[in-house]
Amino acid sequence: MAIDIGQFVQTFFEESFEGLDIMEAGLLALEPGVTTDLEKINTIFRAAHSIKGGSGTFGFKDVTDFTHLMETLLDGMREGRLGVTTEGVTALLHSVDCLREMLVAAREHISVEPEQIQELRARLSRLLNRKPAESQAESKPSAAPGAAAAPRAAGWRIQFRPHPQLMHSGNDPVRMFRELAGLGALQARADASQLPKLADLRPEDCYLSWELELRGDATREAVAEVFAWVEGDCDLNLEPLTAEAAPEAPAKPAPPPVAPPGPSAGPQTGEEGQQGELLLERRKGEDRRKGDRRVNVAASDSASIRVGIDKVDAVINLVGELVTTQSMLSALGEDFDMSRLDKLHEALDQLDRNTRDLQEHVMRIRMLPVSSVFSRFPRMVHDVSAKLGKQVELRINGEQTELDKTVIEKIGDPLVHLIRNSLDHGLEPPDERARAGKPETGVISLDAYHKSGSIFIEVDDDGRGLNREALLRKGLQEGLLRPGEEYSDEQIYDLIFHPGLSTAKQLSDVSGRGVGMDVVRSNIHDVGGSIQIASRPGQGTRITISLPLTLAILDGQLVSVGEDCYIIPLLSIIESVQVRVDAVNRVAGKGEVFRFRGQPLPILRLYELFGTEGAVSDLEKGLLVVVEADGRQVGLFVDDLEGQQQVSIKSLEKNFRRVSGVAGATILGDGRVGLILDISGLIRVNNVAL
Amino acid sequence: MEKKTTELATLGQRGLLKREAAAEGLQYLTFSLAGEEYGVDILKVQEIRGWAPVTKVPNAPAFVRGVMNLRGAIVPVIDLRLRFGLETVEYTKTTVVIVATVQSANGSRIIGTVVDGVSDVLNLNAADIQPAPDFGTAVHTDFISGLVTVDSGMVMLLDVDRLLSVEEMFALENVRPAESHITAAAA
Repeated sequence: MAIDIGQFVQTFFEESFEGLDIMEAGLLALEPGVTTDLEKINTIFRAAHSIKGGSGTFGFKDVTDFTHLMETLLDGMREGRLGVTTEGVTALLHSVDCLREMLVAAREHISVEPEQIQELRARLSRLLNRKPAESQAESKPSAAPGAAAAPRAAGWRIQFRPHPQLMHSGNDPVRMFRELAGLGALQARADASQLPKLADLRPEDCYLSWELELRGDATREAVAEVFAWVEGDCDLNLEPLTAEAAPEAPAKPAPPPVAPPGPSAGPQTGEEGQQGELLLERRKGEDRRKGDRRVNVAASDSASIRVGIDKVDAVINLVGELVTTQSMLSALGEDFDMSRLDKLHEALDQLDRNTRDLQEHVMRIRMLPVSSVFSRFPRMVHDVSAKLGKQVELRINGEQTELDKTVIEKIGDPLVHLIRNSLDHGLEPPDERARAGKPETGVISLDAYHKSGSIFIEVDDDGRGLNREALLRKGLQEGLLRPGEEYSDEQIYDLIFHPGLSTAKQLSDVSGRGVGMDVVRSNIHDVGGSIQIASRPGQGTRITISLPLTLAILDGQLVSVGEDCYIIPLLSIIESVQVRVDAVNRVAGKGEVFRFRGQPLPILRLYELFGTEGAVSDLEKGLLVVVEADGRQVGLFVDDLEGQQQVSIKSLEKNFRRVSGVAGATILGDGRVGLILDISGLIRVNNVAL
Repeated sequence: MEKKTTELATLGQRGLLKREAAAEGLQYLTFSLAGEEYGVDILKVQEIRGWAPVTKVPNAPAFVRGVMNLRGAIVPVIDLRLRFGLETVEYTKTTVVIVATVQSANGSRIIGTVVDGVSDVLNLNAADIQPAPDFGTAVHTDFISGLVTVDSGMVMLLDVDRLLSVEEMFALENVRPAESHITAAAA
C-alpha cells in the first residue's frame, strides 16, 4: 500500500519547529545545579522524541541521528546519571539551533555545514562520556553512545507479532527495524505463516510476524522504546541473548535483508536496505539542489495557519444563523405586502448582525496569540545577557493576546530590536546597578494587552533611561533641533527614531549603530501602528507600540471634500467640531491654529493638501474633524460628515503605488472607490512642513 | 458598448487559439487616439470597459485620472492623451478604458487606459513589423515597439509594459514628487 508521505512532510516540519520551540523553552527553564525537575526534562525529551520519530519516517537520517544523541543526553539527565549542568544545557541549546538549521536545510533541500554538526556531536558525546563508569560506544557516534545503564547483554531476542491493525495507526515495521539496526547488528526472520491467500488478503493489514536478533550493547529500555508507539498493537517479547549464545558480534552491521512476500510493504532491515529505499528521495533533493543553489528561505514562510477548532465551530454556527435569516427573508419575499414591513426590517437587522458577527469571527481565524513572537525572547535574553555579562530577568505578560497573523509577522523584528536595545543600552552592568542602589538583576518586561480596539505591546526596562542631554546634543549637532529653543521630552526622545543617530558610546555587535530604530518605526507604521517612548533617567525606559487588531477591516467615517469622499478611521477620530473664525489664529502667517479646549490645534485643510476643487473653503461652513495619531492631534477640515461604515482595506500599491497621506482604498456601498486617509502620515507630513 | 466588449472578447479568444496554431501570427488590438491608430498586443489586454467616473487620487500626475473598482481590485486609470501630452477632449460614448496587464520588476499590475475608441484586431506576421524610426530626442519612441502599414494607413505598436510602467511614469514626474507637493500645500 503506497501512501504518498510527501504530503505530510510539511506537517512534520511545522510540528518539528513547534517541538524545537518547546525544547528551547524547556531548556531555558531548567536550572543547572538545582535538583532536576523531572517533568521539565520529560517535556523536552518528548519533543525531541517526536522529532526523531518523524524524521525517521521521512528519511532525514542525519536529523534522526542527531536527535538521538540529544535524546540520549536528556535521558541521562532524566535518570540522574548525568547532572544538569550549565554546559549541558548550553550544548543542548546549541543543538536545538543546529537542529533547526538542519530541518530548514532538509525542507529547502540545501546542505548544512557538516563541521558544525560534527562539532556539536563531539560536544554531546563528550558530555555523555563524562561518567566513565558507563560503557560507551565511542566508535559509533550515530548509534546510541550512551545507552548502557542496564547490565550488559550480548543482545536481545525480540519476538514481534504485530496485530493485523498495526499499520492502520500509521506505524511501519520497516521504520522500527531501521531504528533497531541503529542499535546494533540486526537479524530478522519473518514468519509468513499467517499470510492468507491473495484473494483474502486485506492490503492494509499486517499478517507477518518477526523474530529478531539484535546483537550489541543496547539496553532493554532502548530496545523497548523502539516499540513504544505500537505497544497496544502487538505482542512483544524481549529476551536477553546470553553472551555465549552470541556467535561473533559483527563489527559492521550488515544483516541480510529480509524480503517477506505480501503487499504489506517490503520490510528491509539494515543500513543498505534503508539507503536503497531512501536513495530515490535523496537524489530528487540533490537534483533540485543543483538546479538552484540559492533557495530563498524567507519565501518559504509557511502560508498555512493553525486554527483552534472552537474558532471554526463559531464560524459554522454563525453561518447556520445566516442561513436561517436568509430563509426567513426569502419567505418574506414570496408574498410581501406592506403590512409586513416591520418583519422585513427586523429580518434585515438580523442579517446585518449576522454579517457583522460572521465577519468578526472570520477575522478571528487569522488571529494568533502574540506568544508565537514572544516565545523567542527568553532564549534571546538568555544568550545576549550572557554575552554582555548582565543579569536580566524577563517578565512576559499577556502572551495570549491575539493579533492578526500579518501583524504578528511584521512586529517580530522590531521587538527583537527593542529588546536588544534594552539589554545593551538600557540595562546597566551589575556593578553599576549596585552603585545606583538597584538590585543587580535588571528586569525587562514585555506586556501585551487589548485596549479600546487596539493591541498594545510594551517593552519596559528598569535601566538607566534615555540620556536626554546626549540626545539633545546630538540633535543640535545633526541640525535636527534648533539651538535656543525649548523642546519637550517627547520631542527629544523622538530623535532616537531618526536614522543615523546613536548615542551609544561604543558600538557592540548587539546594537548601537543608529540604524534600526527608524526601521522599527517604519515597520510598525507599515502595519498601521504607532510607537511611543517614555523614559525616566535612572529608572528606565518604556516603549509602547499600539497596533490595529486587524489589517483587513476598519470602522470608517466617511467625509466629503468637494466631490470626493474620503474615509477616516473611526479610531483616530476624537470628535468633530464647528469652527468659530475668531478662535483661529495664523502662526507666522502660514499655519492656521484653532484654539480648542484651551489647546492650540493645527488645522489641515484636506482640499488644499489633496488639491481638490469645489470644496468648501470657508472655515465656518465646513467641519473640523479632530484626529489623533502618534500622540499628536490635528484638525482635518472637511466639507461634511457622511455615514459611518465598516470598510475592507484594499491595497493601492498592488496595481499603483503608495500615495502619501493615503493608507489604502476601499469599495464603497455604491461600488465607487473611496480612499482611506493615513492620519499618522498626514500628521507627519504636516510636521515636516511646519 | 456591451456588445462591442463581448465581440472583442471572442475575438481575443479566437486570436489566442490562432496564435497557438501559427506561432508567427501576432494579434494586436488597435485603438484610435487623436486621429492616430495604435496597437497593443492582444494578450496583454484583459478587458475593455466603457468610461465610468473614477475616484481621484491626491497628488497624482494629471494623466492619472484616478482609481476604479475592477471587481474588488483597485485599478489606476491613465488618460493616454494626457500621457502623450495631447490636448484633452470630452469623454464620449465611444471613450473606452482598455484594461491591460503590465509586467514590471515588482510583479504584474493591472492598469486601465482611457483611449478615444477601439477599432479592430490586426493579424500580423513578425515580418510585417518595421522598427520605429529614430526621431532623435524630439520624440520619445521608447514605448513604440514597431510600425505596421495597413490599408487605412499606419499603426503604431505600443509596448504596454514600458508605456504603463508605474516606475517610469513617476520617473518623469521626478521634478515634482508627490511628497514635496503635499508639503508645499501644507505650508
